[in-house]
Amino acid sequence: MMRRKEKLSKALALVLALICGLMTLTGCHGSQGMEEFVVPEEFDTSRDYEITFWAKNDTNKTQTRIYEQAIADFQNLYPNITVNLRLYTDYSRIYNDVITNISTNTTPNVCITYPDHIATYLTGTNSVVALDQLFDDETYGLGGSQVRFDSPSREEIVPQFLEECSFGGHYYALPYMRSTEACYVNKTYVEKLGYQLPETLTWDFVWEVSEAALKKNDDGTFALNGQNVMIPFIYKSTDNMMIQMLKQKGADYSDEAGDIRIFNDTTKELLYTVAEHGRTGAFSTFKISSYPANFLNAGQCIFAVDSTAGATWMGTDAPLSDISADKFVEFETAVMTVPQFDPGHPQMISQGPSVCVFNKADSQEVLASWLFTQYLLSSDVQIAYAQTEGYVPVTSRAQESPEYTDYLSRIGQDNQMYYDVKIRVSQLLLNHMEDTFVTPVFNGSASLRDAAGQMIENVTKSVRRKETVDEAYVEKLYNDMNALYHLDQGGKAAGTAASAADLGPLPLTSRLLLGVLGGAWILILAYVAWDAAKKKGDKTGK
Amino acid sequence: MKKRFALFLALVLVLTMVGCAGGNNQGTDEPAEDPSAKSEGVMTYEEYVAADLDTEVVVETYVQAKQSWWEDQATVYTQDGDGAYFLYNMACSEEDYEKLVPGTKIRVTGYKSQWAGEVEIIDATFEILEGSFIAEALDVTDLLGIDELEAHQNEFVTFKGMTVEPSVNPDGEEVAFLYNWDGSGEDGNDLYFNVSKDGKTYNFCVESYLCDNTTDVYNAVEALNIGDTVDLEGFLYWYEGVNPHITSVTVL
Repeated sequence: MMRRKEKLSKALALVLALICGLMTLTGCHGSQGMEEFVVPEEFDTSRDYEITFWAKNDTNKTQTRIYEQAIADFQNLYPNITVNLRLYTDYSRIYNDVITNISTNTTPNVCITYPDHIATYLTGTNSVVALDQLFDDETYGLGGSQVRFDSPSREEIVPQFLEECSFGGHYYALPYMRSTEACYVNKTYVEKLGYQLPETLTWDFVWEVSEAALKKNDDGTFALNGQNVMIPFIYKSTDNMMIQMLKQKGADYSDEAGDIRIFNDTTKELLYTVAEHGRTGAFSTFKISSYPANFLNAGQCIFAVDSTAGATWMGTDAPLSDISADKFVEFETAVMTVPQFDPGHPQMISQGPSVCVFNKADSQEVLASWLFTQYLLSSDVQIAYAQTEGYVPVTSRAQESPEYTDYLSRIGQDNQMYYDVKIRVSQLLLNHMEDTFVTPVFNGSASLRDAAGQMIENVTKSVRRKETVDEAYVEKLYNDMNALYHLDQGGKAAGTAASAADLGPLPLTSRLLLGVLGGAWILILAYVAWDAAKKKGDKTGK
Repeated sequence: MKKRFALFLALVLVLTMVGCAGGNNQGTDEPAEDPSAKSEGVMTYEEYVAADLDTEVVVETYVQAKQSWWEDQATVYTQDGDGAYFLYNMACSEEDYEKLVPGTKIRVTGYKSQWAGEVEIIDATFEILEGSFIAEALDVTDLLGIDELEAHQNEFVTFKGMTVEPSVNPDGEEVAFLYNWDGSGEDGNDLYFNVSKDGKTYNFCVESYLCDNTTDVYNAVEALNIGDTVDLEGFLYWYEGVNPHITSVTVL
């Protein structure tokens, strides 16, 4: 079952804010910095290497086994490289541990991560390897002549996915898996209400059908399902909701330089729309109500928006579920893109794990890490992992392989490996790869994302409590978000919400230390001045 | 000698009486507090139950256990003489959190809410009041599987004579418990285990934020064997159905 564990992420956020602050301070004198990585001319196979790989699985043992198999296969190819796997079930814990280890130069060698996180890792000088040289290295690069496996060429990595790993003028990661969001629709209910699903879902359609679904019987139950509960439209990740709405509207969010532009009139209009439908009960969110899948499968929701990587929880025959079997209802599940403002030009978020390489003093060790990183993009690994959820492989080679094509063609053959909803969302992303986008990455972009979602959460909660959402409300909300997430500091987001915590005055020991340092410098300078004067005096015979 | 003996007996008698009286009232010699009594303007438990979701509620209740604190927010299990209130992410300084020891009386103002079936108070603030009450565990064994159980949501309860049933780990093996609901976790994560009564099986949980892997209950569940008969205590949490957060396990 999937229970909320919000406390942990908040705890981590504060720890991260503190550590980030310390990293910034230590960066001032560069004591933790690394020399820039230079690709060695030759990989020294006479030596043994031990590298660590921090990976994330979706509480899914099959994914763990795929990592283990990938490591075993890689070690067969490179017997002098040992890969130690450390598994996490939560990206934020990886983020926390990496940052902690950057300050002590004990990072892993290879790590699953998000580009937003790498932007923070880069606070440590040369801590993450810029991969540009490695990509293009003829011997050990992508498709390199001395690579002992069928490494994809740079051109075979889906360009949109690869570009997501580029920021600050360099590539800092390789994409590993990609997903997007999908709208899982109870088609049976839509038609019962007298509507036909359009080819592309629009916001107007979703709002209209959602309002229509609220009609009640005389006994207070909902006419559509005969139950006491009906939340027609539930969104899991409201940060994505706001980001995609703004993108589809062509409205501002942020720019590459980290300037915050979300607090604009379009955002306000979108919040008014959310308020209108939150007030009637037509719309709610995961944070307010619970997982969309639970409501969808119980016949209490029509439009459930969640990641394609959560497809195995969606639908009448979902292989994974939090609700008991007796609560399931029979319905036809339609898989559609997230709602659009311009159905002729659909736009949707691209998300999913990437993998980065951490710098080490030993460039041979970094090269060994890079070889393993490349191996994760080999077709065997890509296809196996993509099949575990509604992911798609990131290389055209894997996507077009007979094995993957065969997998897709077996849609619906069972409710596990070939679960039809899971394969349909993968096909949805494959058909829309060119319609995906990501938001600019900068130090603090994760905070801006948090604020984007929090505004929808706040507005929805407020109207459920009969509060008025108007001009004054939105103005205050903008100010609150600015303050909470430090978005108004020179136009740049400063860090997580937790970084809003006032660190207070320096402790006494720190102040004493600074005092001693200051005193030492004064004494040194005084000595230098005295010595210079003395020498001058000696020379002049005084 | 007789005088000394009589004095000794009198002393024992007095101490015994004090000990009995102090059970639910922290050893004071004041009259036992009525944990159902409310100040003016404060809801009774009955009124709280009747209140609509997303409306403001004001309750007086007593801390029974604390689950977590971070970033000035506390999650707390509380109860009065009539029912329980789960306080989720209530505004609370770290200093105040330390004061929320079991029994502490608090007045809470927040919004009644429901998440995955769990009725709770969110976006709340509180003030500490004079008074103390520790609820005794209510035996709800016979209510398992019937609708009436939900009326006791979040209360401190006990289940008697339950049998540990197998869970299946990701390798397909039958085990007495799992780390995380599907066995994907490790030591330190939530524990999930199945117990049965009268042929029906229920899934219980040791919430790692409430009872981490250093606690007796965590270690006791890790030591369970399939087929063990156990008495259990915990808070009647709800997640898409009954999902007690177990705080005590006794193998019979």
